[in-house]
Amino acid sequence: MSTTIVPGTPGAIPQISQIPEAVIRIAGNSQDGIQAIGGFLARLAGRSEQEVMTFMTIPSTISGGPSIFQVRIGSGEVLSAGDEADMLLAFYQHSYDNHLGSLRKGGVVLYDSDHVKELLPENLSKYRHVGVAISGLTVEAIGGSGRDKGKNVFALGLLARMFDLSVPKLHKLLEERFTGKDPSIVQNALNCFNAGYNYTLATAHELFRLKPGENVGHNQVVMSGNEAIALGLLAAGVRFGAGYPITPWSDIMEMLRRELPKYGGTFVQGEDEIASVSMAIGASYAGRVAVTGSSGPGIALKTEALGWASMAEMPLVIIDVQRGGPSTGMPTSVEQSDLNIACFGGHGDSPRVVLAPSTVEDCFYTAIEAVNLARKYSTPVILLTDQGIATRIEAFPEPDLKKVCQDISPDLSPIADHKPYDLSAADGITRHIAPGTRVASGKYPVVTGLEHDELGHPTGSPKLHIAMTSKRRSKLQKLGRELPVPKVYGPSEGQILLVGWGSAQGPIQEAVKTARAAGEAVSGLHIKYINPLPEGLEQIFEGFRHVFVVELNDEGLYGYGQLAAVLRARYCNPKIRGINKVDGLTWKIREILDRARALAQ
Amino acid sequence: MNSLAFPFVPLNRTGSIPLTPVPSLPDSDRKPLTKKEVSADHPTWCPGCGDFSVLALYFKMIEKRKLWHEKITTVAGIGCSSRFPYFVQAHGAHYIHGRALPFASGISLSRPDLHVFVFGGDGDAFSIGGNHFNHTARKNIKLTYVVMDNQVYGLTKNQTSPTSPLGRKSKTDAWGSADRPINPMKQAISAGATFVGRTSATSPNHVLEMMEAAMDHDGFSFIECLSECVEFFPGAFDAAIPRKGGKFELIPPSHDVTDEYAAYRLSDNPWPGQFGIFYKVNRPTKNASEAKIIADHRAKVTGLADWQILQKNFDRMK
Repeated sequence: MSTTIVPGTPGAIPQISQIPEAVIRIAGNSQDGIQAIGGFLARLAGRSEQEVMTFMTIPSTISGGPSIFQVRIGSGEVLSAGDEADMLLAFYQHSYDNHLGSLRKGGVVLYDSDHVKELLPENLSKYRHVGVAISGLTVEAIGGSGRDKGKNVFALGLLARMFDLSVPKLHKLLEERFTGKDPSIVQNALNCFNAGYNYTLATAHELFRLKPGENVGHNQVVMSGNEAIALGLLAAGVRFGAGYPITPWSDIMEMLRRELPKYGGTFVQGEDEIASVSMAIGASYAGRVAVTGSSGPGIALKTEALGWASMAEMPLVIIDVQRGGPSTGMPTSVEQSDLNIACFGGHGDSPRVVLAPSTVEDCFYTAIEAVNLARKYSTPVILLTDQGIATRIEAFPEPDLKKVCQDISPDLSPIADHKPYDLSAADGITRHIAPGTRVASGKYPVVTGLEHDELGHPTGSPKLHIAMTSKRRSKLQKLGRELPVPKVYGPSEGQILLVGWGSAQGPIQEAVKTARAAGEAVSGLHIKYINPLPEGLEQIFEGFRHVFVVELNDEGLYGYGQLAAVLRARYCNPKIRGINKVDGLTWKIREILDRARALAQ
Repeated sequence: MNSLAFPFVPLNRTGSIPLTPVPSLPDSDRKPLTKKEVSADHPTWCPGCGDFSVLALYFKMIEKRKLWHEKITTVAGIGCSSRFPYFVQAHGAHYIHGRALPFASGISLSRPDLHVFVFGGDGDAFSIGGNHFNHTARKNIKLTYVVMDNQVYGLTKNQTSPTSPLGRKSKTDAWGSADRPINPMKQAISAGATFVGRTSATSPNHVLEMMEAAMDHDGFSFIECLSECVEFFPGAFDAAIPRKGGKFELIPPSHDVTDEYAAYRLSDNPWPGQFGIFYKVNRPTKNASEAKIIADHRAKVTGLADWQILQKNFDRMK
């Protein structure tokens, strides 16, 4: 049954259009290896000096279930995974039915005609249809075993032809991917790819050629946010970690478990979240900043220990890869609803540092900063990322590792005397000495969760509780004064300032560009240091009529999202309002602008 | 964006105290630490509390075995007995309720040069920290855990504990505890502890003997030490105190400490049971297995600086 548009003579050379960027959405089931196609495309873009960003959804079931992977490749700046797709690759009828709407008008849907049988006539005029018997042809390509495993690689071949992608580079990527496996697997993969590539695209009347990337003059690396965090921690000198499995944090602990032994380090899978944070705190106390991490529910379990680290002023890095909550919530969806627990979760007055990286590259460097801040201010630091950043793949300039890697080994040389909680310390910051350090005075410190004197011995003195509470607070106020003031994206005056944090940075910047191009006075502001906040935000807000905080969390009881509520409390500025959503998906540019325009009315 | 707003900075090691050079002190020049040198705060325990004896014997062991201040780390959770680290003049940590073992595991696994001692009570070990007890034992993490068991919650003033005997009245069980108490020996043996000993604070020589044996054991060593709460459960252990007409009965020398079933049967003896080493076997510690994993991985990157090892990851991501 052929319902495809036949544009020209079969075999004729289709027209080739130059395009600056492409958004490709691949829709299938999670076991079809569609993430692998997306991964190949992203890596290829990285090697071709193009920018790339991906977005994926995975079902929270063990096997099966609809899943998508979207790749945006461009020769210019890529800030989001794209609102609309230029091409949809649909493996099944449900992929076709559910995702056709994500295609721009006139876009191309490439579908497996072995599975997609019902094409609505009104769609045929709206989108260009290209049907290929992907499943059947894959079986044919690998020798008729009757199984269509490998159809993802066949489809990759089709895409390579349609977008004129570099075949030698893709061959190399395929070989690298399957290196170490049975040689027949590599050969099968190449056969599938070549079959797809050489398939006569009689039905496609147009091929595309991506403009080459600008020669950026440096190597690019391609990875996910979770990988970047794990590698950042290694570069920062972290050599001990402990964690408990939970999606989407688990990738980080799995990678650290594999990698740390190479550096003489260890990652322990604890019996639970509390044990994990406790082991990490114990290792930090033993002399070297350690890491633990989790996602929402696990972070809640760690908060008593976090209170201890705040009280004992122990350096510690906690990674929170946020997901939809509360409770088990939406484990594989994007949400930014842990800001409150990160900043305020716990008992008593327990100040801590909260940082939120905005891109995959930022994940790498922020992990290092988290370690450095934990050390410098002797404090727990929470690194707040989200499911969106954790799983998306981006290319970024390869870091100069020789410069970036740091040694944070403890100094165990003997010391004359020591008071960890020294109230007269010039910088007001606690300094711990690790066990193993001889103190010549014979007076040894105790680290404790009880309110304490300067040596760590317990006290019930109201005077000391006041002094120590203030000490724990003031060091972070000092940090607040040292934080870089964020720069406004776009002009520093205008109608609307879109404020965001974490993964909202890219979509907000793209929204600003889009609005500016339409003549609207919109600017953006990204806040990376969430707790404490940097100084100077008040002056920035003055330049705008409206300040809209764009967050993936609920508007709350009083109409403000979590960061918006903090900003309102901090600045008492009625201009600050929220743009919130909790659909489990990242921001679309159109959504942000429509909501901002409506709110500004 | 590839510059850090907060790059690595070397830290000053202490606040306002001037850093003066400290001459080295070879072990041969050092004398065993006296009680005066290793005691810190005066204990907050009630007069007559069994815990005093455990503390005194810890000091004695430090002196006898020539342990230096900086080489021991004393860790505790929450409870009367868990105040322990404040009374010891050495590096110490007073952590949260029930979680002393994972905290101590973090130290033990990252610092093989230290002796890690954990002290706590029955609530910490078997109630709020029950999960950690099982897993620390199972993983055989090298540290010594002394549980001062008084069969009651003392710090919070007389509530039922997981080791309170059936029928014991408390503020939370005015008509007597109805829940079967935990048998610490059975718990430890079945969880996979590789050193399981039992003693009583009223038999000081035996406490010292157990502590030394536990310290020398390569693995997770656990001692239950009966330690009377004179305030809320006086007379709890009279049956094991000879001067009160009881019997402090040692495990017969014929007991095979490597026989798990024999140890388990021994744990079932009627109250007050026997004292000594119930079970002791050698099984690889987690410390050793992690060290092996590290050695295997390090062998593949011999001669490379850390940044060069990391570079290999980045090369794969191009």
